[in-house]
Amino acid sequence: MSSSANWEAVIGLEVHVQLHTQTKMFCGCINQYGGAANSQVCPVCLGMPGSLPVPNEEAIRKTILTGLMFGCRIAPVARFDRKNYFYPDMPKNYQISQFEDPLCAGGTVGLDPFLFPKDLQDMDEAKAKRSIRLTRIHLEEDVAKSFHYEERSGIDFNRAGTPLMEIVSEADLRTPGEAFAFLGSLRQVLLSGNVSSADMEKGQMRCDVNVSVRPVGQKEFGTKVELKNLNSISGVRRALVYEIARQIAAVEKGEAIQHETRRWDDEAGATFTMRTKEKAHDYRYFPEPDLLPVRTDQGLRAAAETDLPELPAALQDRLMKENGVTAYQASVLAADRALCAYYEKAAAGTKHKAAVANWILNDFLATQPDPSTTPVRPEYFGELATLVAEGGINSAQAKKVFAELMANPSSPKALVEKLGLAQISDAGALGVFCDEAIAANPRSVEDYRAGKSNAINALKGFVMKKSQGKANPTQVDEILKAKLSA
Amino acid sequence: MSLAHETLASLRRRLSAKEIHSRDIVKDLLTEIGTREKTVHAFTHIDEKAALAAAEKADSSLPLGGIPIALKDNLNALGDPCTCSSKILEGYRAPYDATAVARLRHAGAIFLGRTNMDEFAMGSSTENSALGVTRNPWDPTRIPGGSSGGSAAAVAGRLAIAALGSDTGGSIRQPAALCGCVGLKPTYGRISRYGLVAFASSLDQIGPLTRTVEDSAILLSALAGHDPRDNTTDLRKPETFLAKPTGSVKGLRVGLPKEYFLPGMNAETEAAIRSASQWFEKNGATLVEVSLPHTPSAIAVYYILATAEASANLARFDGVRYGRRALDPKDLMDLYQRTRSEGFGPEVKRRIILGTFVLSQGYTDAYYRKAQKVRGLLRQDFESAFTKCDLLLTPTSPEPAFPLGERTQDPLKMYLADVFTISTNLAGNGAISLPCGFTKSNLPIGLQLIGPRFGEEKMLQAAHAYEQAHDFWKRMPPV
Repeated sequence: MSSSANWEAVIGLEVHVQLHTQTKMFCGCINQYGGAANSQVCPVCLGMPGSLPVPNEEAIRKTILTGLMFGCRIAPVARFDRKNYFYPDMPKNYQISQFEDPLCAGGTVGLDPFLFPKDLQDMDEAKAKRSIRLTRIHLEEDVAKSFHYEERSGIDFNRAGTPLMEIVSEADLRTPGEAFAFLGSLRQVLLSGNVSSADMEKGQMRCDVNVSVRPVGQKEFGTKVELKNLNSISGVRRALVYEIARQIAAVEKGEAIQHETRRWDDEAGATFTMRTKEKAHDYRYFPEPDLLPVRTDQGLRAAAETDLPELPAALQDRLMKENGVTAYQASVLAADRALCAYYEKAAAGTKHKAAVANWILNDFLATQPDPSTTPVRPEYFGELATLVAEGGINSAQAKKVFAELMANPSSPKALVEKLGLAQISDAGALGVFCDEAIAANPRSVEDYRAGKSNAINALKGFVMKKSQGKANPTQVDEILKAKLSA
Repeated sequence: MSLAHETLASLRRRLSAKEIHSRDIVKDLLTEIGTREKTVHAFTHIDEKAALAAAEKADSSLPLGGIPIALKDNLNALGDPCTCSSKILEGYRAPYDATAVARLRHAGAIFLGRTNMDEFAMGSSTENSALGVTRNPWDPTRIPGGSSGGSAAAVAGRLAIAALGSDTGGSIRQPAALCGCVGLKPTYGRISRYGLVAFASSLDQIGPLTRTVEDSAILLSALAGHDPRDNTTDLRKPETFLAKPTGSVKGLRVGLPKEYFLPGMNAETEAAIRSASQWFEKNGATLVEVSLPHTPSAIAVYYILATAEASANLARFDGVRYGRRALDPKDLMDLYQRTRSEGFGPEVKRRIILGTFVLSQGYTDAYYRKAQKVRGLLRQDFESAFTKCDLLLTPTSPEPAFPLGERTQDPLKMYLADVFTISTNLAGNGAISLPCGFTKSNLPIGLQLIGPRFGEEKMLQAAHAYEQAHDFWKRMPPV
């Protein structure tokens, strides 16, 4: 019975998210990626003797906001603690974190089917729309960055003290696809609240994975392995696929899984032992005496509530119900707030809101635009959709208008004029074309009259050709029928 | 008379009247230092040139314009050394001003000398200094107290007009008592700790050591007040302390905590304190016996909480960014171990190990958490005592200055030197020590007045009234 179907993986994630704030967590240094090494530092974030931390209210508010977005319980009184361990990238050799009284506890992350990898979206795991429980969300400070050269090492403290939110999930995830969707969902919500840019490749979102396997039906967890060096959401999926297979193969051979930390090597496509954990590290947590407890019930929570955005799930629901976009389109829009804002502006000017979604998500998105800076004004798409839907131009002409719109952005109505695409709807002019068509195609006329109704198409084609595609097809149809039956 | 003998208040008056110049004070102090510093060794560093240059530029129209102040060597002052009397901070120069230093600077003060201390403020005799011992100006065979022993000896020995110290368990008040000067530990949160190298963050307070209560009030007024850089400072508005001295203790309810008067205590100390309390009674105060029942636990609680916090606070001294670094480390662990083994003295190591132990998994509940609970009870003790009285009156130290070397091998006995001062740090209250007599062998005895939290004004008024009715503060040490 050597089959992966007999085994189940149990996965829990710890996600670190750098908060998007003006300044660092406990000092006034600017919170910005980049800059010359050790240029964004002060006595506080360098841990100079005598310096003291002062909490960043914006970071606290954004953490509360994150908690509200995931439906967490917000602690009325939260506290900071010191987490003690020595490492050169940690200026004080303790990290100010939260241990006993984190800002947020509980909450859930929903797994939308469209957040699964494309190849899994039709599978049961995607359709299950599971909801993953969060254990907690707490706030802490980031450490510095070490650089190792041949003979020596260097430390850049610019990153030290960046506000860092740790989001811990329960061990509720069961598949690599779910982990992928979880991270995507997390990212979508964090972006919607403008809490973080949450880009894993830039280190703004970092993820540690705990994974174990157990026979299907068994309640107890297997021995867990921690995976590190996961630098993208798809990397998390690949690492889990590999690691779960490795663990299953091992236990099927009768080997015991080591309680260890393994490093994912994306190029090799495999995990390697980093360190084995003989016993858990003793961080000797204790309440940070330099900081007062944080009262969230005296204005901080209320301030965070005013920042609450429309959450991705609610947004998708609204777009589908009110604008008639597809579930897939709604999920794409919910994943990209800038694009969504662009779409909503475009859709505001027309009744044909689903058509606008098609234009923007199919044609416009293919040109890889930046919706916040593009010279193509969103109203143009509303106008384009109206033109097509209300018979101003046909779909082939619309494609031409779109191409012109990308090349020389201006009002589609003006472009139709400029390209000479306005439909001929004048009955007199169309009648002349129709008479010509009847005169020039006696065979087709005969066939039509004999009952072959399809024969009219040849006549229509003649009219379209004569009119250079500008004849209003509906009107042509009506006029031809009237003339032929006369 | 040398200006070094005058009080801060008097110098301030004469400076603003332009009778004297700041440089005259600095010169007189340097003369005194030249003759007696060799014996006392109150300082770890003196920059004569810088002090004289600052005196030349002093603006006597400012509240402390041109007044030289000595700083305990754990307060950061931009560009100056800040060794904490430890080898591990060899070569370190402060990259910024502590808020207390900045406030004094802003008020026009100039800085003359960095004073010796027990390494990282851990000790009660200033013998735990890596930079040499300080001697008591009243008897150079005896300790000046600690950890702010250098500040106390400098002020008492007329080597400084006033000094700043820090008090975590009695480190301002006990040396003030033993050297015969005035030492004030303000209420926790009264003065910003930003820039004070932390020993135990929840207990540390900066405070002045001066010759008189009035001088103490002048410095407190300049130092106190909310600091956006210290989250634990209180938000109340700045005030001027002792602006209108009443000179009276009439109607004051003075509490005598029975746990502070025990059989077997030093007889001369007890007699001096009893006579001080009688003075209060004679002058219209009522004496009330009160109880602070958790006092016997205070030392144990203190040595758990203070060392726990210290173990984290001192973790940053690792040789990576500043201060001493072990030569040619084999690897990271070797760098850490040797830097810290070589850089810290035995008492600091003892406390780091103790603090690490009480926070270790499996022991936190028995030690750290339990101590936190008892700390809460101690605070309640004070709160309930202050429903029955306005101030508490106690000895500052169980006995006068003891001989150098007497307790260096017996840390427990050394820890008991702070038995009357430690509780106020745990409770957060302010307290002041001032001279209240001398032993037959001419050693100063200190009286401690403890106030309710943020009750400094009442405390200073009573201390000032007592001080002005006596002339203990005028006596000069023999050295």
